[in-house]
Amino acid sequence: MIEFSHITKTYNSDTPEAYTALNNISFSIDEGEFVAIMGPSGSGKSTLMHILGCLDTPTSGTYTLDGKDVSTMSDDELADIRKDKIGFVFQSFNLLSRTTVLRNVMLPLVYAGVPLEERHARATASLIAAGLTESHFYHLSNQLSGGQIQRVAIARALVNDPALILADEPTGNLDSRTSLVVLGTLQKLNREHGRTIILITHEPDIAEHANRIIRIRDGEIVSDEKSRSPRDAIGETKLYDNAV
Amino acid sequence: MRNRDLIDETYAALSANKVRSSLTVLGIVIGIASVIALTAIGQGAQSSIQSSIQSIGSNLIEVMPGASRQIGFGVSGGRGTARSLTVADENAIAQVANVAAVSGELSSRYQVAASGANTNTTVDGVDAAYLTIRNLVIDQGSFITDNQSTSLAKVAVVGPTVVTDIFGTNAVASDALGQTVRINNILFTIIGVTKTKGASGIGNTDTTVFIPIGTAMQYFAGNGNAYLSNIDIQATTQGDMTQVQNDVTALLMARHNISDPTKADFSILNQTDLVSAASSVTSTLTTLLAAVAGISLIVGGIGIMNMMLTTVTERMREIGLRKAIGATKKDINNQFLSEAIALTFIGGGIGIALGWGISFAVTLTGLLTAQVTLSSVLLAFGVSAGIGIIFGWYPARRAANLNPIDALRYE
Repeated sequence: MIEFSHITKTYNSDTPEAYTALNNISFSIDEGEFVAIMGPSGSGKSTLMHILGCLDTPTSGTYTLDGKDVSTMSDDELADIRKDKIGFVFQSFNLLSRTTVLRNVMLPLVYAGVPLEERHARATASLIAAGLTESHFYHLSNQLSGGQIQRVAIARALVNDPALILADEPTGNLDSRTSLVVLGTLQKLNREHGRTIILITHEPDIAEHANRIIRIRDGEIVSDEKSRSPRDAIGETKLYDNAV
Repeated sequence: MRNRDLIDETYAALSANKVRSSLTVLGIVIGIASVIALTAIGQGAQSSIQSSIQSIGSNLIEVMPGASRQIGFGVSGGRGTARSLTVADENAIAQVANVAAVSGELSSRYQVAASGANTNTTVDGVDAAYLTIRNLVIDQGSFITDNQSTSLAKVAVVGPTVVTDIFGTNAVASDALGQTVRINNILFTIIGVTKTKGASGIGNTDTTVFIPIGTAMQYFAGNGNAYLSNIDIQATTQGDMTQVQNDVTALLMARHNISDPTKADFSILNQTDLVSAASSVTSTLTTLLAAVAGISLIVGGIGIMNMMLTTVTERMREIGLRKAIGATKKDINNQFLSEAIALTFIGGGIGIALGWGISFAVTLTGLLTAQVTLSSVLLAFGVSAGIGIIFGWYPARRAANLNPIDALRYE
């Protein structure tokens, strides 16, 4: 479903300060996979995330997403792809403050032109899928805990029924237990709903929850291995609660 | 993005910071309100000046003695330049084409007394035609006739102020009818009282005593000198006024044996010229007021731009997020532009209402009737929409052109 073929990204290419963030990277991800992309800061994983998320285009190489070559698209075409095919979960949540949970989740549907009546039903469904209960729907986003906020963000990423959920350090601002809750939510979406998820992180113990780990360093892939027994976040949450 | 969603988002964004939104709107409110109120006051002043000039008479041309322009018939024997108009001139003018009516005038101030009370006021010897030329209306009794002028009748028509001055503040017009007044020690019988007209800019007929011109010539001109203070001419239509003025000028120059127009011993005042001169003064004043108000409108617009630029910076992450979830440049641009336009429209609406209120309050004070014109309302609305677009355009474009990656990372 995702086909990265000889992707190179060079910044300031025609100047003496030219810097190659990604160097000839190729890989593919199938539908229904839960992949972690891991690397230290400066490894090029942010650049990779931006290209995967259609926020940026590669200098050379082709990126095929869900059958479409997106590597040479214009800004507005990329906006269309993001709207239909990608759901983002950010480290800093990026919910609209002083706005209800429901309204936040419905926001992508506004740009997709979904009729008003349908928005409500779809937002409700994805909030429930992300593990939130109806009692939270009309809370303002700044009245929730970190874990709840990130699950609202996951619900927002789901609401457009995207081909790919791209989570960029989703647990970066969360404590250990809440991190497990969020990872559990992602695992559940992957296992029970068949969602394709790419998790970008620099923490090995977060990456170990994915079924496949791609490690990058200095703009190149250093390893790409399937994990036979990924860690189970839901089980760990229970263990954690019992220990406390 | 649908229009309804756009309105919804705009409302949410503006109500999220009510204090700031309302202060920004206030700038536009003050600008628009002052444009509306000041032009309304200017318009009101213009039309009140015009109507007071119109009330002097209709299609009026006034011939006055030249040079010194002294209106009067003093007792001294020396003939000044002010004594150049004669009854013969008046009769000649009556023959000019398109002259509807002519009245000579001989006026001066005298002590007018009756039953112990007295007042010093203008005594005006006039022809019967004066009534129509000057748009006078008789309240009680009748106006002077030509026969009374020929027979040198000692009759007088007085203004309402003269009645109260002489016969007491509670006196009404009918009280004065048939009474006798002493003007310069000659007894006159009051045969009529005029209706209140108010000051017209040139003289006030409410305080005037009118007597037949023949009588005035006989008893007040001294030595039977047949010189007039001025001659009032009524042209048939407004379009004839220029022609009548030119013909009368030529006629009087010929009669007075003057060839150089700069040495004319008379001057002619055309009511139309008076109106247009007054109009040009007041319209310049109105433009000036509107320009001052316009400056405050521009300042208000800059306030909007300032707020929108701050908003774009503050909401950088939000813009990044909206772009990440699929908002196009156009969506972002429209959103911020519609916020700016909404602010100016709200400001414009309140400003128009406030401007209207101020105009109404000014009218209530009785100083003048402020006139809010449709064109000034439309102009104000157009300007406020324009300000929204002009001053909202740059911030909106800046928001739309943000790179989503940089916007998302913005701290």
